[in-house]
Amino acid sequence: MRIKAQVAMVMHLDKCIGCHTCSVTCKNTWTNRPGMEYVWYNNVETRPGPGYPKEWENTDRYKGGWTLRNGQLHLRAGGPISKLANIFYNPNMATIDDFYEPWTYDYQHLQNAPKKESLPVARPISMITGKYIDKPEWGSNWDDDLAGGSEIVPLDPNVQKLQEHIALEYEKTFMMYLPRICEHCLNPSCVASCPSGALYKRDEDGIVLVDQEACRGWRFCMNGCPYHKVYYNWNTHKAEKCNFCYPRTEAGLPTVCSETCVGRIRYIGVVLYDADRVKEAASVEDPKDLYEAQLSVFLDPNDPEVIEKAREAGINESWITSAQESPIYKMAMKWKIALPLHPEYRTLPMVWYVPPLSPIMNHITNEQDLSMDGYIPAVDDMRIPMEYLASLLTADDTTVIRRVLLKMAAMRVHMRAKTVGGMDEMKTSKLLKEADTTVEELEDMARLLGVAKYNERFVIPTGRREMDNNLHYKQGACSIEDLAPAEGMVTYPYERSDLG
Amino acid sequence: MGFFWWGIFPYIVGTILVVASVYRFVFRGKSWHAPSTEIFEKKWLSIGSRLFHWGIVFAFIGHVMGVLIPISFYEALGISDHLYHVGAIAGGGLAGLMVVVGLIVLLIRKVSNPRLSVHASFADYFTIIWLLVVAGLGTYMTLVYNTTVVAYEYRVTIGPWFRSLFTLQPDVELMLAVPLLFQLHVISSFILFAAIPFTQLIHMFSFPGRYPARAPQQYRARDGYKNN
Repeated sequence: MRIKAQVAMVMHLDKCIGCHTCSVTCKNTWTNRPGMEYVWYNNVETRPGPGYPKEWENTDRYKGGWTLRNGQLHLRAGGPISKLANIFYNPNMATIDDFYEPWTYDYQHLQNAPKKESLPVARPISMITGKYIDKPEWGSNWDDDLAGGSEIVPLDPNVQKLQEHIALEYEKTFMMYLPRICEHCLNPSCVASCPSGALYKRDEDGIVLVDQEACRGWRFCMNGCPYHKVYYNWNTHKAEKCNFCYPRTEAGLPTVCSETCVGRIRYIGVVLYDADRVKEAASVEDPKDLYEAQLSVFLDPNDPEVIEKAREAGINESWITSAQESPIYKMAMKWKIALPLHPEYRTLPMVWYVPPLSPIMNHITNEQDLSMDGYIPAVDDMRIPMEYLASLLTADDTTVIRRVLLKMAAMRVHMRAKTVGGMDEMKTSKLLKEADTTVEELEDMARLLGVAKYNERFVIPTGRREMDNNLHYKQGACSIEDLAPAEGMVTYPYERSDLG
Repeated sequence: MGFFWWGIFPYIVGTILVVASVYRFVFRGKSWHAPSTEIFEKKWLSIGSRLFHWGIVFAFIGHVMGVLIPISFYEALGISDHLYHVGAIAGGGLAGLMVVVGLIVLLIRKVSNPRLSVHASFADYFTIIWLLVVAGLGTYMTLVYNTTVVAYEYRVTIGPWFRSLFTLQPDVELMLAVPLLFQLHVISSFILFAAIPFTQLIHMFSFPGRYPARAPQQYRARDGYKNN
């Protein structure tokens, strides 16, 4: 057993209102500089939709993640030898148009325009060429709230996979929000794709970083990551990615995206896992078994044997205590209501999602005397097709999604009965059995999902300062202080001050 | 003058190459990269970059065979001069054409695509154009001079001279009688070598040859983590 600690996140999609505050605060913190304008470490997608970059889930095109051949894990885009053979040109890499051409507006013109009959307008300017763009045509959330409708939605690879016809008539459409950051995977394919060995997982908290000194800009990480969360800074010619706001987490603070989340959908905590079992878990034959296999690598932080082994591995008391109080452990491992995004990529992602409930499609006619058991079929008839959620979260296994939705519904029904009455006893209900839960668990869930305060949602031990006097800089990695303003900024098409 | 070009100049170039590269690696580490523009343009890069790079790999192997390996090696193997030159002209010519065509594609791509041209620096243009000069001369020598004038036996002049540079006893005499075309090719190449640390050419030293041998997953621990 090789115990390691990992900081992880849960996003409770039921509470996401799609306001993009997380994206904006992240942008302002990390990617608001030349070469990174098109980059959103955090972005919020309206699903169904093509996402950002367009069709990132299309593994046939970008060839991200791992695939199983003869029981062995292989990078889908090819192993080291084939990467070296393709080092002069990466056939699978996305281009800027798959993201979008970032632009600003010619605000100066509003002040400098000569007196005319018509009002001056601020025309869009490309932040890549510095030239006017006649018509911006795509952006990171261009398709927000299903805008683009029936033209854009079919670009979603998950939609293309669904057997049934997805109706896009007004009264039958569905949508949900999917905020995405780097998954800080246990088996990261970006790390394995890097010819220079510049990408690495921090031993003490599992955060995946790019060593800016070691990165040579070979770009295999860009599409090697199936979530497309490693980006190419065209100004410094190096890869950059979400760093889980490690300067904040080291101080015990949540990431900026979590801190500023309006819906309070995000939870951060520590989990303990056995690094020796990661490869085995990622190599199970049937993709539908990957979710359970991933769960099997985590260790119970309350188990005395685990605690002892963790101490031997150099994990200190504050990290062990945090793991015991971890909201992630409760939601993902204990209650099993948070699921990994696209487990079929075999990277063992560490950002977990509680799937959203959605309105029931058919009217329930006898609402007054609806029994609790009446919610069992209702779960199968929700507006967001279970197959769609399964395609995102469980490698198409709808039984897992159904169980989670039942649990979520049971929680709501129980809390409603408890606070306003009018329902039969939860204890006697079949719903409880079908959802495989207990009243106590439902109440614990309701507390953490509904009313938990800051310190319960974010249980983050501080960085191990005793290990390092120069905590941020010792590894020379990922600090952007000497990248912003970046070397090579001379190539920027115009002065920053021109932007007004 | 001959002594400068064949006895001093190569050492100036060598010094610049080593000192400036070390300086850049140590003090300008974050600028050490292969500055790809694939994110802006992919179609022409797939042709230009692959032609150029594979061409230059073949050309490098050809130069090792022609300049570094002594003629006595071929004689020992029983390879006749005629056979050698047929092989060198065919292989070298093909490699040279790949390099030249690839460079022209890359140059046109850089000039004509505004996403690339606004970010292109003097060093970027210098690299492509000077490579074109060097490779153009080399390809012309191989394909035209060798077949129309004489299959020049550089293995008894340029080769021994180049090897003598490493013994710090440059045999300047050997280079004086070399045809002007070949002299120009050598001098322009040395100018290119001197430019390496100041341009994107620096990435040639970063070929990640260790990649196939390393573990796929990389963990980095802080110093002393286990001792606490």
